[in-house]
Amino acid sequence: MTAVRQAPAELAEGFVAVCPSDRLQPERGVAALLPDGSQAAVIRTYDGQLYAVGNIDPFSSAAVLSRGIVGDRSGVPVVVSPVYKQAFDLRSGSCLDEAGVSVPVYRVREIDGMVWVGAP
Amino acid sequence: MTRTLVVIGYGMVGHRLVQHLRERDDQNAWRVVVLAEEDRPAYDRVSLSSYVDEWDADTLALPDAGFADDDLVTVRLGDPVTTIDRASRTVTTRAGVRQSYDELVLATGSDPFVPPVPGKDLPGCFVYRTIDDLDRIRAAAEKTAIGARGRRAAMVVGGGLLGLEAANALRGMGLSPHIVELGPRLMPLQVDDGGGGLLRRLVEKLDLTVHTGTSAKQIVADRGRLLATLANGAELDLDLVVFSAGVRPRDQLARESGLDIGERGGVVVDSGCHTSDPHIYAIGECACLDGRVYGLVAPGYAMAELVADGLLGAETGFPGADTSTKLKLLGVDVASFGDAHAAAEEALEVVVNDAVSGTYKKLVVSDDGRTLLGGVLVGDVADYAMLRPLVGRALPADPAALLAPEGGAAGVGVDALPDEAQICTCNAVTKGAITGAIRDQGADTVPKLKSCTNAGTTCGSCVPMLKTLLNSCGVEQSTALCEHFTHSRAELFEIIRATGVRTFTELIAKHGNGSGRGCDICKPVVASILATLGTGHILSGEQATLQDTNDHFLANMQRNGTYSVVPRIPGGEVTPEKLLVIAEVARDFGLYTKITGAQRIDLFGATVDQLPPIWKRLVAAGFESGHAYGKALRTVKSCVGSTWCRYGVQDSVAMAIELELRYRGLRSPHKLKAGVSGCARECAEARGKDFGVIATEHGWNLYVGGNGGTMPRHAQLLMSDVDSETLIRTIDRFLMFYVRTADRLQRTAPWIEAMEGGLDHLRAVIVDDSLGICAELDAAMAEHVRDYADEWRGVLEDPEKLSRFTSFVNAPGTPDPTISFRAERGQPVPVLVGIPEVAAR
Repeated sequence: MTAVRQAPAELAEGFVAVCPSDRLQPERGVAALLPDGSQAAVIRTYDGQLYAVGNIDPFSSAAVLSRGIVGDRSGVPVVVSPVYKQAFDLRSGSCLDEAGVSVPVYRVREIDGMVWVGAP
Repeated sequence: MTRTLVVIGYGMVGHRLVQHLRERDDQNAWRVVVLAEEDRPAYDRVSLSSYVDEWDADTLALPDAGFADDDLVTVRLGDPVTTIDRASRTVTTRAGVRQSYDELVLATGSDPFVPPVPGKDLPGCFVYRTIDDLDRIRAAAEKTAIGARGRRAAMVVGGGLLGLEAANALRGMGLSPHIVELGPRLMPLQVDDGGGGLLRRLVEKLDLTVHTGTSAKQIVADRGRLLATLANGAELDLDLVVFSAGVRPRDQLARESGLDIGERGGVVVDSGCHTSDPHIYAIGECACLDGRVYGLVAPGYAMAELVADGLLGAETGFPGADTSTKLKLLGVDVASFGDAHAAAEEALEVVVNDAVSGTYKKLVVSDDGRTLLGGVLVGDVADYAMLRPLVGRALPADPAALLAPEGGAAGVGVDALPDEAQICTCNAVTKGAITGAIRDQGADTVPKLKSCTNAGTTCGSCVPMLKTLLNSCGVEQSTALCEHFTHSRAELFEIIRATGVRTFTELIAKHGNGSGRGCDICKPVVASILATLGTGHILSGEQATLQDTNDHFLANMQRNGTYSVVPRIPGGEVTPEKLLVIAEVARDFGLYTKITGAQRIDLFGATVDQLPPIWKRLVAAGFESGHAYGKALRTVKSCVGSTWCRYGVQDSVAMAIELELRYRGLRSPHKLKAGVSGCARECAEARGKDFGVIATEHGWNLYVGGNGGTMPRHAQLLMSDVDSETLIRTIDRFLMFYVRTADRLQRTAPWIEAMEGGLDHLRAVIVDDSLGICAELDAAMAEHVRDYADEWRGVLEDPEKLSRFTSFVNAPGTPDPTISFRAERGQPVPVLVGIPEVAAR
């Protein structure tokens, strides 16, 4: 895959291509490296919704959220950290198990069979 | 000023006295000196017969029986008191130690009664009272096994409770017991003729020979055998003899000291347990209260507590004794309670004797049929917990209805019991105390109730009642897996197996709650069940989304997000060539290397994208996945066995390898570990494993339900001296039964414990096929063995699966910048970065 791809006109500056849409299997996240060196966990839920949150688990400092189990807590779409099992709301990035902790939320778009992630 | 209490004898009752006193003596008014004859601290003599299950004295230990942390308690073991000088208030021990006292307690218990049979002291004749007695019987039984041909036989003199327990123990040692009982039936004190008759039929089915209404006339030694002649003329050719014909109070010391002794023995005490000397008490089985000597622990405990309270100034009286018993002997349930023999005037009996189902039930009621006085239950004692607390109280229903097979007493409901009814008679805990603990102390589980109230901690027969009380107080004992499924893991297993549903999506749509999509609890559970049922590679299709990260990447995630790699080394046996491959892989990929506790090698610090090239080399060298990442069989540890070891009696390495290869890849509710030792020295620590195999001269002993970890458990003996084929077939069934019925993250030990009937039930299911499911379990394991395939090879052969092993989907090959290492003792270890920007809200 090419690391650099021209963004379609309708996307603002700062979006990077992550992967073709079919590479993103529902409920199985991938990690994307962003130009500033930060990382996003890009996740498609079962209903087809796309989400991108910070990949670094704030509790362990390990870059692993993309490898967590995706599901829901009382209907809230979540990814669960594989290290110490805290759940993060995919929509807001906030941790459901410890108030006041959250991960960044990235903008995410799907255009012409390609998934793009933009800065928070 | 601190005064000195001397306690002579350190059995359960002596222990309870010291414990009760020390718990309440806030002022430290008493210093306690315990002088004991046995070499070991007080142990659970009530459960003595369970010692033969494991031959591990620790399992009988009473909590803190050594009082090691208590400066005010001195326990002197193995040195009995020989004289009491009442005038100077001093006792002297066999070793010559003199100890003065302010108050003295006799808790000397009882001696086994050995009838004056000629030959009773011959070698090969034993009594059944202490751990040491059982060790001696075992040594003799093992000696008879050497060069034995045909059946080995033993005679048990006494057909009471203890006699039946002794017979069962001997049966477990491979001997065929004859029980000789002078009375007209077995357990003459506890059951009536009807119950005794049924008990006899049930016991005889178990290959025991019962001789009632007769006694042993003489025993003679004959060329290494013992020949016994009974009063009825029968002659028995025996390997050994055990006397368990009741007990006699140990009152010798008291007699010699001039204390009053009861007509039929026992130190005479008043209702405060004072003897005829105001400074001497007697408690437990050596005491004679109102002309009676009690041979049960509950009255002994009551005496111990009232003396302890009295010493602290709170004088109370003996509350009366509950002589109810419930036990399981040789697999036969027997219970008696209250006035079992209808001794009260004008008592009426209501009897149901069902020879077909093998149950006998009798209730003794007052002449108006309204008050329960006692009863006997044989074969089915489910109603015991409900009926016993009702003794002396108005019956909640017609007596015949209470004995009906449908509903019965259990159907009456626990609500019918008054608050002051005793639920736990061993520890005198009332229903009110238990419901109070549930209501006010937040005790919402059986273990919490046990620690709050002490109920259920001695004989355990009231534990089902504790569960019932929890339910009746509205404490929900939910088995729901998580918010997405109301089912337990075992129920989900059955649903998936029976319905043929093979995807999570279909399962949650048909059997889940509402519209959820699962979570980190239910998804791995379903993944595990699907893996057991053989649905292809665990990373195929939707199954991949169910896996915990360890299973997802077939490696163990470590704290910095890298993984560790553990190739399988079956039985811990490895060639130098294979060791070289591991060493080269570790060196070439810069991996931290450590030997694990399970006889294999763990390679740490591999990034996601390094995992495939590492495994490519390992698989090429003949290694396969070690499943260190899964809730699955890990290893079968072995000692070096008879091939090399001077003491080995079987080839433990070959057996360990066979077992490990057979069960590799088996997914289970929790991790599974195993061990095989080549002799009784147990170098493989097999009894610390979920299943452990220990070689014997004749084959293998199989132990189940052991583990290390937070709650270490010793595995318990399931079967002994079996051949390899039987061993493997039994382990097959054990594992499949566990995989199917255990809860999520429930290891084998708590799984067995939670089973109604425990180890006996497990044995009935997988050895005797009591549920008729063994053929199914065998077939399921055969399928597992047939379909096993190495998971790592499966990944390497599939480009789609391989493509997942990349740090960044948009920049393959770029290393993760958050991962870095430093050197420690010549190896790489992770550099842990500080907590990164946690966006506080």
